Amino acid sequence: SEDVPLHCIHYNYRQRKERERERSSLNPTMASLKVPTNVPLPEEDAEQLHKAFAGWGTNEKLIISILAHRTSAQRSLIRSAYAAAYNEDLLKALDKELSSDFERVVMLWTLDPAERDAFLAKESTKMFTKNNWVLVEIACTRCPLDLFKVKQAYQARYKKSLEEDVAQHTSGDLRKLLLPLVSTFRYEGDEVNMRLARSEAKLLHEKVSEKAFSDDDFIRILTTRSKAQLGATLNHYNNEYGNAINKHLKEDSDDEYLKLLRAAITCLTYPEKHFEKVLRLAINKMGTDEWALTRVVTTRTEVDMERIKEEYQRRNSIPLHHAVAKDTSGDYEDMLVSLLGHGDV
Amino acid sequence: MAHTLDLESIVDAFSGKNVGMGVDEKALISTLGNSHKDHRKLFRKASKGFFEEDEERAFEKCHDQFVKHLKLEFSRFNNAVVMWSMHPWERDARVVKKALKKGDECYSLIVEVACTRSSDDLLGARKAYHSLFDQSMEEDIASNIHGSRRKLLVGLVSAYRYEGNKVKDDLAKSDAKILAEAVASPGEKAIENDEVVRILSTRSKLHIQQLYKHFNQINGSDLLGGVSDSSILNDALLCLLKPSVYFSKILNASLNKDADKGTKKWLTRVFVTRADHSDEMKEIAEEYNQRYGETLAQNIQEKIRGNYRDFLLTLLSKSN
Repeated sequence: SEDVPLHCIHYNYRQRKERERERSSLNPTMASLKVPTNVPLPEEDAEQLHKAFAGWGTNEKLIISILAHRTSAQRSLIRSAYAAAYNEDLLKALDKELSSDFERVVMLWTLDPAERDAFLAKESTKMFTKNNWVLVEIACTRCPLDLFKVKQAYQARYKKSLEEDVAQHTSGDLRKLLLPLVSTFRYEGDEVNMRLARSEAKLLHEKVSEKAFSDDDFIRILTTRSKAQLGATLNHYNNEYGNAINKHLKEDSDDEYLKLLRAAITCLTYPEKHFEKVLRLAINKMGTDEWALTRVVTTRTEVDMERIKEEYQRRNSIPLHHAVAKDTSGDYEDMLVSLLGHGDV
Repeated sequence: MAHTLDLESIVDAFSGKNVGMGVDEKALISTLGNSHKDHRKLFRKASKGFFEEDEERAFEKCHDQFVKHLKLEFSRFNNAVVMWSMHPWERDARVVKKALKKGDECYSLIVEVACTRSSDDLLGARKAYHSLFDQSMEEDIASNIHGSRRKLLVGLVSAYRYEGNKVKDDLAKSDAKILAEAVASPGEKAIENDEVVRILSTRSKLHIQQLYKHFNQINGSDLLGGVSDSSILNDALLCLLKPSVYFSKILNASLNKDADKGTKKWLTRVFVTRADHSDEMKEIAEEYNQRYGETLAQNIQEKIRGNYRDFLLTLLSKSN
């Protein structure tokens, strides 16, 4: 590396630190979560929740009014307080008292982000709940350090690594894509090498022209480059070759590998577009995919739900929470709408 | 016994402040060589001009100019002091970077770092790589290595293995069968096999040990007896299963009087990177003794001279 004067090393380092601090995963400005200005103590919340379970029936409205308006840090404290006061895991109590889609949304929401992702990832590798989209979302939209926390949570809970499960339950091209996606610890810096962006865009285009969609180098670029570098490469691809790369990957609309490849690319560059699409497909006229709806809302509420809402409004001309309200009902609907920021506080 | 230096004197020694006056090298060897890794951390934190704190990734890295300066200052120690003072994560990141630059013959070093470190230390080395080289270890290796070895090497460095004590015996058995079929392939074909890469780069070390037992039963031959034509596969297996054997073999090679310059440097690397793990170092010394008749200490005493020898012996004695 070049000889850089000491004071310059310090300056670049500081600048980089600033940008990294701004780019945190739990981003309050893009979250749709509404938290009251005066939040009760965790012990008070725990007591109220306990009351909600007491006697015949359950006070679902009370549960929503508390849990749907607390951050992950606050929910974690409530869980501790609940366990200390009542000698039971809050999640166990919720499991006993609630059912069906409402239970699933409350349970997933209450888990902390790493545990939630580990749970969803495990589910997605099991035979009857197989879902490679979930793995792509987790691997590509979480920041590298958060992805690592997911891996740690996965090992702690399931006594094996996420990588070995993904590897074991996939094969061929799917494994070739998914395994490095979940394994690589991407560089998080903003630095971009424009020369490299040009040469790798060219390489991608060559492979795409040859329809070599699972070529080693094609996958290498997508699964190891930093998000910033990849963004620059794909922008260059678009400028140079007249179309975004995904348009060139629509060879066979039923091919699962190509679908996942396109999803991975969208998740790595414009996650809100991916999530808008998942939501749009989940809330279509022919019934609702509750699992997809629950997944997107619980995992994005504290991250970038406001951006997703904007994207949804833009594409569908109605606000997301209206579409959700039309398509769901009861406590499940109330919980979702609250998380989207439109419940009663 | 030489007296120990205080923190300030060590910092001065490293800064070259006492040029011309020399530094009490015996004291330096004794102090640094015997130092616990937490003491060295204090030293790195105290030397703000030379080490920079990477708060986010929780380690202190060495400025490049300082590395150059230290190499000159401590040339008689053959790099040992420089490497010893660095954070282990930085050490490993630099080893991998250098191996990548040198090319083909040095890829076994990448295997060594990826397979003999704990999951968290490998992760740490990858974090240090981000900090030092502004890119990930995975992308650097993937873009600079081509051909059959890329898959396995990228897989090995990307690993974050489970380190608990749960193993599924039936899975170990079926993986053993898969490996048994694959290793018989000629040349490097074995490492082009996706299943081989899967097993070696995602399974826990405990699982692989269980697999080893089954392999020897199924195949009748020793998985560690050079079953494959691929040297990188054999190295990976040895590093994952019996690191002390691997290390004692390369120490023997580097202490050989006909060893070339590059091979001689292995001595420094093994000592410096393993000395903080006194259990491992002890195992390596015992293994070496069993294999080659002499003790490691004896061999070093005979073949190495000067301050470098004293430093190595100090590091070795830490593990006793």
